[in-house]
This record gives sequence, structure tokens and C-alpha cells, in this order.
Amino acid sequence: MSFDDAYQALTDHDDDARWAYGTGFTDPLAGVPSEVPPEVDAADLASYCLMLGDDALILSHRLQEWVTRAPELEDELALANIALDLLGQARLLLTRAGQVLECSEDDLAFRRDTTDFRNVCLAERADGDFAALIARLFVLVSWRLAAFDRLTGSRDAMLAAIAAKGVKELTYHRDYAAQWVVRLGDGTALSHDRMATAISAVMPATAELFETHPVEERLAATGVAVDPASLRHEFNAVLSEVLTAARLWPVPFAAGTATYPPGRHRGSGGRDGLHTAGLTGVLVEMQSVARAVPGGVW
Amino acid sequence: MSAFDEAIARDQRVEPADDMPEGYRKTMIRQIAQHAHSEIIGMQPEGEWITRAPTLRRKAILLAKVQDEAGHGLYLYSAAETLGADRGDLTRRLIEGRQKYSSIFNYPTLSFADVGVIGWLVDGAAICNQVPLCRSSYGPYARAMIRICKEESFHQRQGYELLLTMMRGTDAQRAMVQESVDRWWWPSLMMFGPPDADSPNTAQSMAWKIKRHTNDELRQRFVDMTVPQAEALGVTLPDPELRFDAERGHYHFGQPDFEELRRVISGGGPMNEQRIARRRQADEDGAWVREAAAAHAAKLAEVAR
Repeated sequence: MSFDDAYQALTDHDDDARWAYGTGFTDPLAGVPSEVPPEVDAADLASYCLMLGDDALILSHRLQEWVTRAPELEDELALANIALDLLGQARLLLTRAGQVLECSEDDLAFRRDTTDFRNVCLAERADGDFAALIARLFVLVSWRLAAFDRLTGSRDAMLAAIAAKGVKELTYHRDYAAQWVVRLGDGTALSHDRMATAISAVMPATAELFETHPVEERLAATGVAVDPASLRHEFNAVLSEVLTAARLWPVPFAAGTATYPPGRHRGSGGRDGLHTAGLTGVLVEMQSVARAVPGGVW
Repeated sequence: MSAFDEAIARDQRVEPADDMPEGYRKTMIRQIAQHAHSEIIGMQPEGEWITRAPTLRRKAILLAKVQDEAGHGLYLYSAAETLGADRGDLTRRLIEGRQKYSSIFNYPTLSFADVGVIGWLVDGAAICNQVPLCRSSYGPYARAMIRICKEESFHQRQGYELLLTMMRGTDAQRAMVQESVDRWWWPSLMMFGPPDADSPNTAQSMAWKIKRHTNDELRQRFVDMTVPQAEALGVTLPDPELRFDAERGHYHFGQPDFEELRRVISGGGPMNEQRIARRRQADEDGAWVREAAAAHAAKLAEVAR
């Protein structure tokens, strides 16, 4: 192999796809019908896609904050990989919402304000340590996998296709998080305490995951969405299995026991645009460059 | 003639189980470790912009790139381990300042244009340095480099494509690109190391076929490759001496400030402290997690027995 030939090889663009892992240069939904099914309210469908899309976008952002801070190189790769998968899911869901709302994924990500976001508040929470990250990731992706599993049968073909792609990714994410819950729960006295504290801190906020929003109720009735209340049984089963293996079961209160931030009550959370200050911080950061350069193209 | 000398003379690869001189083993470990450290520290300057990327597509591209760098670090530490090194020990050498990494990562990233310029210039310079390493005499390193070069080349094209897009945007964006090129040009030229006359290890590394071209040869190659790309992009490279020398068939360029390079390598660059501090913090914050994983694995092994 000569010096020049080696450079030549680099300019061979035929196999780019192989080196473009996760960057979404091909449209995974090519050929999937995008018409909103009859008797489905298009505005409801858009709202629902924003709920699921914003969950993924904001959780991905919190994972991106861990880049260069992971405890081991293998986890650096895994966390970036999960962040990338969730970002991919967010892009597809925001694009679907944008088809109805006549705007782009970037308009939705970078031009909305805090109260326009529809993610659950747990997605926007910052993580104090690795156990807190793992606890939050574990409950959020376990919930999401249960939801996506049902959504593969959605009457909206686009949502069904997005869910089918997501199920494979989320299965890995849940497995990754569950393994760390077990390692930390079983590992040392210190890690056991930290994992137990993290699970206790995250459980009250899971209540919001199982509250049925009117949009979800209407769309579930037409076979488009899943009623989150119906996911509780599967979620609890996964939780008890993993936490038992981690020597962390039972948790000191029932899963999903609701406690609400001051001024909030049942049915008035992230799905309605009521967020913690954490989300405002996320958005200031996420939208800073996009908003600083009016008319910019990237 | 030893089997090692014969393998080198015949341009064959040296493999982990082969006999090799202690000096060769140590030099290889140092070179591979420094390369691995550069990949890991190199995640920081661009990693800072993932959360701020102005479109979701650019965010995905940047996140994937930084993830690739972690992957490169992982293969390279593994290649060093085939020579008897230990990843934990190499990490300690890095955070204690006993092993170095590429000087370029001690400069700050000040705008999103830096993401494109790092892809174009820094990854471009890295490719010039690394393509010849695909023929390094040490087998595991040479094989790791083939994959790494492929990915670096992809990153370089993504960076250049970002700059092309920005140059088609607003005046403010064009100014942002030019300002970024002005800051990164000279540090990129310094990535090839000191001039040949001041590069004491080059001769032995060339003899062992660990290194295939001198610093100055590679620097020239990079300039020759990059000037036409700058013209196509519509940016000016900040070197008043830069011109094509028809007689030599190469671009003539000014001398980088090698005193600055010496300062940055010996810890006096603008970001040295922060880069190492971040790496040290991650290592310290993760210690309890690694201990927990080891304790859990030991318990499982106990049960299996």
C-alpha cells in the first residue's frame, strides 16, 4: 500500500453509510403513509407526538450533559448511544407533529418556549450522581418501552413505524439501565445506599407517567394512542423484578404514589406545559445558538 | 539478525506474542497511549457544543462524532493492553500529567463554527498524521488505525460540509467561520510537532517503522491539501507568506510559532488545566461506580464457584 493510495482510499465515498452510524441520513420512514387516519383529530395527534417526542428530546439532552463525565469508557459509549437513539426518536416524532402543524422539527425544538413543551417533568430533572441518572433512565425507558410496544399496533401508520423502530432501541436501553441498577444495588454498601436513595427520589415523580391526559384518552379510544394508566401493571412487574435482583425491593412506598410540586395537582404537569425550572435551563442552553443567529442556516 | 529485525526489514507486522526490544515496546505503548488520551481529551472541546447544536441533525452528527472518539479511545487503549499496559494505569498517567495528548485540544471552542473548523482542519491534520500509521509495524495499532482513519475522514467531510452550509448563510455566519479559521489555522499546523531539526525521536521511530514520514513532510502535505479547500470555501488562511511555489510544486507557508507549541505541550496552553481537571473529576466521580461493578462481579464469581 503506497502513501498516496491510502489517501485515495479515504476519498472513496461509496460506503459512507457504514460510517454514518446513527446520524440519520436515510429516512427510516420512507414509504410509510403520512395521511392522518379518518376520525382521528389531527391536533390531538400532533399533541400526542409532542408528548412522546419532547420526553425523548429532553431526556436525551440530560444524557448529553453526561458526555465526557461517565464513570468508565464503555459507559461513555453506551450513554452517548442511548442519547443518540432518543434524539432519533424525538426527531421522528417532532417531524410527525410538524406534518400536522406545518412546521419543521427544528421549529418545534428551537422556537417553542417552556410552557409549549409537553414532556413529563421527570424527563427534565438533572442528575446529581450516576445512581440518580440510572434510576431515572430505568423508570423512563421502562415506561417508554411498554408504551412503544403497544404503539406498534397504532392506527396511525407513522406512529406505528416509529414505535417499531424504537422498541428495539428501548429494549437495549432498559437492559443497560437495569444492569446498572442491579450492579449498584448489589455492589458495595455505598453503592447500595446511593441506588436506594436514587430510586426513592425518582418514584414519586413516576405518578405523572400513568395519568391519562384528555388527548391520550381520546386517541386511545380511536386506537391511535395508548392509555398510560394501562401500562402500570407491566411497569410495576419490571420494577419489582429488577429491584428484587438489586436487593432494593420493596421500595418504601407504593410505586406511583403521587406527590406533587407546590402549586401543582393531579392533571396539571408537564403534559399541560407546567414544568420545573429545570426545563427552562435546558431550553436556554439548547436554543442558545439557534436563537442567537437570526436567519442562520446550519 | 533477530526475528524482530527481520520482520521490520521485510515490512512485516510485529504481533503481541512476538519478541520485541524493550525500547520498541515502551515507545509503542507511549505512542498508542498518547493517541488514546488525545481521543478522550478531544471529546471535550466539541462535546461542549452538543447540547447547543442549532439543529437536531447537527446535534445528531456531533453526538455521533464524539461517541466515535470515545470508541477510538477504547480500541487504542485495548491495543496498548496487548503490549502489557493497563488502561487504569494509563489513565492515571494522563491525569497526573505524566503522559501527554495532542496539543490542539488545549485551545478553547468559542463558537459553533469551531465544530466545523475542527472537523475540517483538526481532523484533516489528524488524517495526514494517521494514514501512514495504518502501515505501522505494530499489528494491533496498524489495524486499529485503518478503522479510525475511515471514521476521521467521515468527520472531516461532515465538518467541511457544515462550513460550506454556514458560508451560504448570513454575513454573521460567514464572519463566524472566518474568525474560527483564524484561530485554528496555526494550532492545526503545530499538530505535526516540532520541525524535523528539533525532533529527537524521529530517527529511531522511522528505523522501527513506527513512523513513516517526518513532521515537516506531513505538515507540507497538509498545507498542500488544505489551501485549495480554503479557496473553495471562500475563507482566507491567516498566513501572509502563503503562496504556491511552482518550482517545488508545493505551497510555501510561514513558520508556526513553535515556542507556543512548546508552551502548550508543557501545560501552559489556554485550556490544559480545565481539560485535565474534567478528566480527573470524571475519574474520581466514577470510582465508587467502578468499585460497585467489581464487587458485584466478584459476588457473581463466588456464587458460580
